[in-house]
Amino acid sequence: MSMLVVDSIEVFYGEFQALFGVSLEVAEGETVAIIGANGAGKTTLLRTIAGVLRPRSGQVQYRGMRIDGRPAYAVTRLGIAMVPEGRKIFPSLSVRENLLIGRQSGRKGPWTLERVFDLFPVLRERADFPGIDLSGGQQQMLAIGRALMSNPDLILMDEISLGLAPVVVRELYETVQAITRTGTTVVIVEQDVTRSLQVADRVYCLLEGEVSLSGRPTDLSREQISLAYFGV
Amino acid sequence: MDWVGTIVQGLLLGGFYALYGIGLSLIFGVMRLVNLAHGDLIVCAAYLSLVLIEVSGLPPLLTLAIVIPVMFGLGVLLQRGVLNRVLGLGPMPPLLITFGISIIIQNGLLLAFTADTQRLPAGSLETASVPVGGWATVGVLPLLNMAIAILAIIGLQQFMGRTDLGRAFRATSDDPTTAELMGIDSKRIYGLAMGASLALIAVAGILLGMRTTFGPSDGPARLIYAFEAVIIGGLGSLWGTLAGGLLLGVAQSVGAALNPGWFQLAGHILALLVLAIRPTGLFARTRDL
Repeated sequence: MSMLVVDSIEVFYGEFQALFGVSLEVAEGETVAIIGANGAGKTTLLRTIAGVLRPRSGQVQYRGMRIDGRPAYAVTRLGIAMVPEGRKIFPSLSVRENLLIGRQSGRKGPWTLERVFDLFPVLRERADFPGIDLSGGQQQMLAIGRALMSNPDLILMDEISLGLAPVVVRELYETVQAITRTGTTVVIVEQDVTRSLQVADRVYCLLEGEVSLSGRPTDLSREQISLAYFGV
Repeated sequence: MDWVGTIVQGLLLGGFYALYGIGLSLIFGVMRLVNLAHGDLIVCAAYLSLVLIEVSGLPPLLTLAIVIPVMFGLGVLLQRGVLNRVLGLGPMPPLLITFGISIIIQNGLLLAFTADTQRLPAGSLETASVPVGGWATVGVLPLLNMAIAILAIIGLQQFMGRTDLGRAFRATSDDPTTAELMGIDSKRIYGLAMGASLALIAVAGILLGMRTTFGPSDGPARLIYAFEAVIIGGLGSLWGTLAGGLLLGVAQSVGAALNPGWFQLAGHILALLVLAIRPTGLFARTRDL
């Protein structure tokens, strides 16, 4: 059975419709990439799964439970963590405190402050600095570490490569692979197609609020992806 | 004129304003909500104590043990039942609602207790004072209030800095949407913040009620003092609010010593000067702004 099922959701911002009957399934332990151009609805999809937005119709199910309509904090406590777009580090909290906020999910599990520091040693060195004083890449590590601290079963990652140097992005993606190896399910939203296809077991492409393509990266040709991505 | 005495009295008076201000600033800091009923709730706490004294014969200080939890509960109810529903709809709805609550409290108190001014009978505590260094005597009540204000600040700082719940308060204050994504129920946090705010002002309301008279329409003036303490001290800094309250008290006290009619005027002028010269307040932590 799928861990996460998104069933033909329609999501609006006021009168503007952002998602048109989007469906998607994620199995336990899978890494799924959602790709698409700017404005295709990727972030909207993630934010709907996380409970920030409510679909006007359709359903989101997690482990057989309907979760659309639940507030975001309740979804997080069920084991779905978010690495939000733009990192969203809490500016008045230190690096350590930003990580400790992850414990608010109230979930027990393998991830502790020490383990996150082992994964990202630079965060240990800068533990007592304000979180927003870190560089972009380090802030992204902090945002991922913060999500791990909630001991999630499913992590949603929104554009973790945005605005970062290629070398930093490569490092981040190595970490993502390390996380997926622990059995954690990951849904990753990316504009960087090449990078996300390298780590993903399956991929969904969004085009103007609809799923334009889905499949295993190895089964998809460059042309198919290009057509699904750009629509031309 | 006894300037030292005047300033000491002003500082002690300022301790009350500081406690009002801390309550106001806590609410604004956590949820960017301006509670226009703040002053009336302070007065409300004093009346609650008055009723308890009349019904049970308890001494005023002991009524704190009941009034503090009652005000805390009232704060949680007010926030969760009413104010949480309009958060996120812009600044106007909460302003209108708290303005409405202010009017309801004032008129409710007027109906129940008439316009007569009241005082909490504190017996010998009312006038009890201790000599300080042989050159001044200070009242026990304002000293107690000052001690509570300082303890409240230290307690709040420890709470905010060292506990999971305190960090959740700060995270929610920074960015409620992201805080929710971390598993924080921001509405619960807001309820607790309002409860804590009203618990703090209950203390100030009762201690001041033991020292001076109060009436149903005193709330707005206390709201303004709370605002001025926060404005002078600067948003986001609890010690700044304490300093702001003390400066306001001294300004009022010195004003009154020069001319009895200048009591409020001097305080308002100080607040306006700070607004004109340093709008962020004297001790603002600019990072939060």
